Amino acid sequence: MDAVPLSWYLLLSAVLFALGAAGFMFRRNLITVFMSIELMLNAVNLTFIALASRLGQVDGQVFAFFVMVVAAAEAAVGLAIILVVFRNRGTLQVDELDSLKN
Amino acid sequence: MAIAIFLIFAALAVFCGLNVVLRRHPIASALWLIGVMVSLAVLYGLLGAHFLAAAQVIVYAGAIMVLFVMVIMLVNAAPERRSAASRMAQALGFPVLAGLLAALGYVAWRAAPRAVVVTARKGTAHDVGSALFTTYLLPFEIVSLLVLIAILGAVVLTYKEKH
Amino acid sequence: MNPYLLMALKAAVVLGALLVTLLYIQWVERKVIAHIQRRLGPYRVGPHGLLQPLADTLKLLLKEDLLPRHVNRILYLLAPFLAVTLALISIAVIPFGPEIEVAGVRTWMQLTDLNVGVLFVLAISSLTVYAVVLAGWSSNSKYPLLGGLRAAAQMVGYELPLGMAVAAPLLLSGTLSLREIVLSQETFHGWWPGWNILRLPFPQVIGFLVFMVAAFAETNRIPFDLPEAENELVAGFHTEYSSLKFASFFMAEYANMITICAMATVLFLGGWLPLWPVAYGSNYAPSALLALAGALLLYHGLPPAFRRDRLSLPAAGVAALAAAAVFLIPTVQNLAGPLFWFLAKTGSLLFVFIWVRGTLPRLRYDQLMRFTWTFLFPVGVLNLMATGLAVALGS
Repeated sequence: MDAVPLSWYLLLSAVLFALGAAGFMFRRNLITVFMSIELMLNAVNLTFIALASRLGQVDGQVFAFFVMVVAAAEAAVGLAIILVVFRNRGTLQVDELDSLKN
Repeated sequence: MAIAIFLIFAALAVFCGLNVVLRRHPIASALWLIGVMVSLAVLYGLLGAHFLAAAQVIVYAGAIMVLFVMVIMLVNAAPERRSAASRMAQALGFPVLAGLLAALGYVAWRAAPRAVVVTARKGTAHDVGSALFTTYLLPFEIVSLLVLIAILGAVVLTYKEKH
Repeated sequence: MNPYLLMALKAAVVLGALLVTLLYIQWVERKVIAHIQRRLGPYRVGPHGLLQPLADTLKLLLKEDLLPRHVNRILYLLAPFLAVTLALISIAVIPFGPEIEVAGVRTWMQLTDLNVGVLFVLAISSLTVYAVVLAGWSSNSKYPLLGGLRAAAQMVGYELPLGMAVAAPLLLSGTLSLREIVLSQETFHGWWPGWNILRLPFPQVIGFLVFMVAAFAETNRIPFDLPEAENELVAGFHTEYSSLKFASFFMAEYANMITICAMATVLFLGGWLPLWPVAYGSNYAPSALLALAGALLLYHGLPPAFRRDRLSLPAAGVAALAAAAVFLIPTVQNLAGPLFWFLAKTGSLLFVFIWVRGTLPRLRYDQLMRFTWTFLFPVGVLNLMATGLAVALGS
């Protein structure tokens, strides 16, 4: 049972984080933007747990657990906001939600 | 054997992540995101964090993503349309993103030389639970309060007055 | 013996047993509901309708396999596959019996024991929501969509009381591994079994009831089967499905039922442990039960109420008496005794599932949601708190 180098985990986390950031910046649908945020949070969780394993402590896993719980709370409120935005505006395209501009 | 499992599920995670970002219909993105989460759960299990692997599937893939999928269905989200602003954002943003990825990758590579390896360490419910209820008791209670506030916020936001 | 070969053999045995059980539990359900409604049920296809499941399978396989043009093809085909796969996976961690030794090979009657076994089963059950939701969405039609969304909200809403009801016996047993949970219930106080449902400092009766009610909702059974209700939503989320895909959903529902009854047995009723200590003769319970069944069958079989049964009922009676005699052999008692107790308990819970289906009316959707959020979840939380308090004060 050979062990995996730590840098591979960190690299995977970096790739997932960059993908999440790409989705966050480039996608125009509000829900997809939100899902990219969740992807970034997952990448960060992976970093926490990989380093916790490396250091032999459990604190990284506790942090990852807190990240999960906060992500759940954020998803609940965020999706409620998205529902209300859709109810009032009829669209989820980010480009069309510009009534605060100019 | 651990390296084989890591490579398979890391490749799966990246493939699913790419699909999350590239697919046009939100429900396809949501399903690929579930794929990312399940692959990450396997990787957590490989790192010895058994409790967190199960929690990832129960909380993230089994509750949060169900919420996403249900909202997408209620809102009847349509596939995305392209616009001038989105094309410009892509043209400017891709180099920046590539730079970000290069910087992160470089830091990750230098931070942990090839010889530094991880093996599965402790991560059972007992270990995480004892840390949660002793060292991290205050954050635990505050986070539960935060969840309560989030529940109340969600209910208040979507409450429809009955005329 | 090569561990991989052993694992493959065990998996094959469990899979075979599970598939046969899935087939015949449908027969049991039809017979029980028929007798509740004072009619006979399947009777003509084979003796007492025993070949009816095979006839039904053949019918479903030979039916025209439609792929409607308006469905989202990938998701439409993914949903039943997901339902069946997830339903069959969670059997892997259920312990059916203690460690046994067959032909020099020592092994546990369990496919694998995870140290977070309970969480694994909960995780798989929370993923089964997707099969229903995707089936409803991909059908691109209003009744399946409504059925799918209602099913999702119902299953998520009842997952919380299920989790609370599961957490309470974990406090008493002190471990998440299913095998260890059963082993922790092994003590007897005289005649009183140490099952979690009867265990001091806090017997888990309320927890068991909350678990069973939540189990009905999780498996979409009456009285919580509005998502697939025939009279309300055409056929709910599986309206647009035909033949084998339709059969997959049914198979998945029964497999989920079996898994959840097995979980209730392991968590609350002591798994494979006997009702009274072995010292007082509980090893002879299988023989006694089978002998009783044989006597009843012979009593009703000679002479039978219908002329058709003049061969099948006495034959079944003789077979039951022969099985009772086999169970008197000590080797068989050691090997199959615990398995018999496990199957008896799980079977009784499955009978309760079927009994409730034949007896209770269906709950309306808002009644269903109100019930979980205002009654079942608070009761589950209070049970958990009371258990925690009792355990903390007792230790």
